Amino acid sequence: MIDKKLIEYVASLSRLELTRDEEEMFMNQLTDILSYIEKLRKLNTEDVKPMAYPLNKSNVFREDKLCPSTSKEEILANAPAKIDAFFKVPKVIE
Amino acid sequence: MEYEVVIGLETHAELSTLTKLFCGCSTKFGVEPNTQVCPVCLGMPGVLPVMNKKAFEYSLKSALALHCEINKFTNFDRKSYYYPDLPKNYQISQNYYNLGVNGYMTIEVNGSTKKIRIHNVHLEEEAGKLIHPEEIGTNYSLVDFNRAGVPLLEIVSYPDMRGVDEVDSYMQTLRKILLYMDVSDCKMQEGSLRFEASISLREKGSDKLGNRVEIKNLNSMKAVIKAIEYEVGRQSKLLDRGETVARETRLWDAVTERSERMRSKEEAQDYRYFPEPDLLPVLIDEKWLHEIKGTIPELPLDRKLRFVEVFKLSDYDSGILTEEKVFADFFEECVKILNRPKAISNWIINDLLREVKDRKLDIHNLPIKPKQLASLIEIIEKGTISSTIAKEVFSEMIQSGKNPHAIIEEKKLAQISDESLIESIIEKVIATNPEAIEDYKKGKKNALSFLMGQVMKETKGKANPKIVNELLKGKVGV
Ligand SMILES: [Zn+2]
Repeated sequence: MIDKKLIEYVASLSRLELTRDEEEMFMNQLTDILSYIEKLRKLNTEDVKPMAYPLNKSNVFREDKLCPSTSKEEILANAPAKIDAFFKVPKVIE
Repeated sequence: MEYEVVIGLETHAELSTLTKLFCGCSTKFGVEPNTQVCPVCLGMPGVLPVMNKKAFEYSLKSALALHCEINKFTNFDRKSYYYPDLPKNYQISQNYYNLGVNGYMTIEVNGSTKKIRIHNVHLEEEAGKLIHPEEIGTNYSLVDFNRAGVPLLEIVSYPDMRGVDEVDSYMQTLRKILLYMDVSDCKMQEGSLRFEASISLREKGSDKLGNRVEIKNLNSMKAVIKAIEYEVGRQSKLLDRGETVARETRLWDAVTERSERMRSKEEAQDYRYFPEPDLLPVLIDEKWLHEIKGTIPELPLDRKLRFVEVFKLSDYDSGILTEEKVFADFFEECVKILNRPKAISNWIINDLLREVKDRKLDIHNLPIKPKQLASLIEIIEKGTISSTIAKEVFSEMIQSGKNPHAIIEEKKLAQISDESLIESIIEKVIATNPEAIEDYKKGKKNALSFLMGQVMKETKGKANPKIVNELLKGKVGV
């Protein structure tokens, strides 16, 4: 059951600030999704193996070979705030 | 009341691959911030991570060395948490099918061995590095993502340790194993090896576990030990007063040597693991396992015990020789050439290690080869040079990388064994020191060693001491 408390909790885990309307909207949307999944649960899946991957493939690797990195300028171009070569973020410890 | 201390350790080791876990960015330490970053390790939308085979194999190798059962099917999961050092807001890790489970590592404490069980070994990606400017009043932190995506091996022990001695041995042993296998450089000062401890106390004799406290921010092995000692004191005081120990995470402060409770907000753990859809699972067959097993060298403790048994070295000497794989290898190479394990061990421990320390030599690029040390020992045993001169030759070998024969020839250091030559020197020494002869005749036995010393001085230490001694005794009439 998706209630307001759960929405608030999930939003706080994701560091999201939601308006009242948004809380209401997500509550309805997530409830719809979960009730659809409830419907799926009624199917008999006894002989069906759980599937986490859509492809029937495994063991895909790359060799430990260097590739050029992106330039510092390009990397920092999207940063909302920076100092020298660093990304600048709100203080995270006290 | 008397308590039993119950300790478990979580270890993180950065794997020493050339590139990151999911992209081709370099893992080099200490370069300019944000210069070893690309859209993959920065978690840009639409990018696809691809697993570094070497990192996976290093993890497999480590899990096998720790006697783990290997999951034939293993995959990766997203561990969701929001922190500025994590560009994707999730860390690719393993949760449901760890690479290795139910292993153990044998440690040695006060001469006896103990098995510490390993709960699991798994592979994950490193986070970036946060820098907190120290100036008071700054309201920001800085992020360097060079480290983000570096392969990180996590090794989780069971709470099988019962005191700091065992913890110390566990850390040292694990470090040595990782170094022996060349899977991590284990530099704690660079953060490539890190420990977190969980500690609880229980009444002696009880088998009920007490509330567990986790300690983070342990930057050296010394800090781990100190933090545990502090925590044991703190918990026993609480229990003595009849209070309960809160289950919490505490941060160690190496300066004040105290720990403090982490704020509950940071503590909230709800990682919502789910399979990482961008990576395919890995299936491990017997053939691959067999291949990896073949790359695991003899591990340090086994090697030490073998040195004691096979070469009849002391436990202490074997411990020093096997401390670093390089020297254990050097020792065995020497023994293969010249079967004098005791002499070789002495030279390595007393002389080679000292030179390495004094001259800060790169142990992976030693100026002396096993063959050269073996021939030096051979020369000493033949009596060509004395052991005093040998020290001089050895030091020269380290400096120049030359063969001992060449140095002895160049510097004319070969021992003088020519009796008539030695005799003439003895006569000269006696003639210039008549009082010593008098003293000797009066019964001062040490006058003989004085004369011996004079002869050695005359010959710059090159006279064969055995011959000098015999001839001298003849001259003074013993
Ligand atoms: Zn990258």
